[in-house]
Amino acid sequence: MKLKSWRDIPIGGVIIAAGNAKQFKTGAWRTKKPITDKSKCTNCMRCVIFCPDAAITVKSESDLTDKEKAVFKAKTPVMLDRADYDICKGCGICAEECPVKAIEMVKE
Amino acid sequence: MSSTKKTSYRALSGAEAAAEAMRQINPEVVAVYPITPQTPIIETFARFVANGKVDTSLINAESEHSAMSAVVGASAAGVRAMTATSSQGLAYMAEVCYIASGLRLPIVMAVVNRALSAPLNIHGDQSDAMMLRDSGWIQLFSENAQEVYDNTLIALRLAENKKVLAPAMVMQDGFTTSHAVQNVLTLSDEKVKKFIGEYKPLYPLLDIRHPVTYGALDLFDYYFEHKRQQVEAMENALKVLKLIDREFFSVSGREYSFVEEYRLKDADIAIALMGATAGTAKTVVDKLRNKRIKAGLLKIRLFRPFPAEIIKRALSRVKKLAILDKAIAPGARAAIANEIRAIFAGEKNAPKIQDYIYGLGGRDIGPDDIGKVYKDLAKAKRIGELKKVRYIGLRARSSH
Repeated sequence: MKLKSWRDIPIGGVIIAAGNAKQFKTGAWRTKKPITDKSKCTNCMRCVIFCPDAAITVKSESDLTDKEKAVFKAKTPVMLDRADYDICKGCGICAEECPVKAIEMVKE
Repeated sequence: MSSTKKTSYRALSGAEAAAEAMRQINPEVVAVYPITPQTPIIETFARFVANGKVDTSLINAESEHSAMSAVVGASAAGVRAMTATSSQGLAYMAEVCYIASGLRLPIVMAVVNRALSAPLNIHGDQSDAMMLRDSGWIQLFSENAQEVYDNTLIALRLAENKKVLAPAMVMQDGFTTSHAVQNVLTLSDEKVKKFIGEYKPLYPLLDIRHPVTYGALDLFDYYFEHKRQQVEAMENALKVLKLIDREFFSVSGREYSFVEEYRLKDADIAIALMGATAGTAKTVVDKLRNKRIKAGLLKIRLFRPFPAEIIKRALSRVKKLAILDKAIAPGARAAIANEIRAIFAGEKNAPKIQDYIYGLGGRDIGPDDIGKVYKDLAKAKRIGELKKVRYIGLRARSSH
């Protein structure tokens, strides 16, 4: 991102536009990346609940491809999609909490 | 009580003068915690609140840290917010004082200067103000109750100016000014209302149609830039205060500048100091002038931003100068001495300077003490070459 001079930014460190947290890519902090083995995943959503950064997105059943439907074991209205690596800091809480050990932390 | 009449003399202590200015400003929020010798300010103001003389929400905080935090919150929300403190209270506020200035919130605070503990002391000296001299707050020092009143109104205008937006402390000396009743000319409520105008905050948090974030993390990529902006604000304050002082003169007939030059134009020997002791020094200068001794006084009103150029010009013809600090910096020069000496560093025609420390913990300083300073200046030949600072009224030996 291009950095601005002291003359071109609002005073006091005040952020004057809303909804700009999405511009802040905390994914760059990560040293380890969570990789989900979808053949083990039971779609229990524990990782979604525990993720402190809401980095794990879900898909509704109607959006699933036939291939995805075949892979997932459980039949629930929503299904685990993927980790958003722009946001995921690699804290490993998802891997720790996964009851079927489907998530592995892999070095970046 | 509340005067709607024309300008009139009132018998007010320095503390009451600060509270009267606050009543006329009528801030939306005042958050307070009592501490000697500031307490009469908030006592007087609390009475105004109880009697319905102001519309202010008075918050009785559980500490000065909380009082300043509440004022920061109110100011960020977009309203006028004020408080008052002294000494330990200011020390306890220090953390949040930097937040107020860093967030560029135009808070005005009455500070009644008192010595810092330990040893425990409740009396006046200026070490509390000097503790926060680099905090990004504007610092105005007052000689008497009249200046407390006037400086409070002026400080509000200065702090809220769009080119400045920095918080301001209005100083008065503990007990000497805060508890002494003097004649004070106050303006009518209408005049004050017109002078201070309506407050229009730049980024009010409560303006939900324009959402803003205050206090976000600001690391190595932007913190430096925001600090540079505070320097700019202080430089702007020098220009803006000049205009506000002029406007205040047209409203009140009372003329102020960054420093008061008292019989200084043709002075050979001079004293530079801040606060109530200026009043005593003026009477000494008058007596010396009657004896045809060319003595003068530089009273510093504006300490932050430091008006270096104005002070340099004011002292350029002085031959010998005594700088009197009512605060001590163990292991270094005291604050005013440091600043003034820096102005003249490397200058050929600089005045010869002698540093003095006086009045710590409320140690009295009278005309005789100040007379002795002028006497020392007059007879000294090798002044400035003296390494050591002098201490006024300090016992070098025990008395028997």
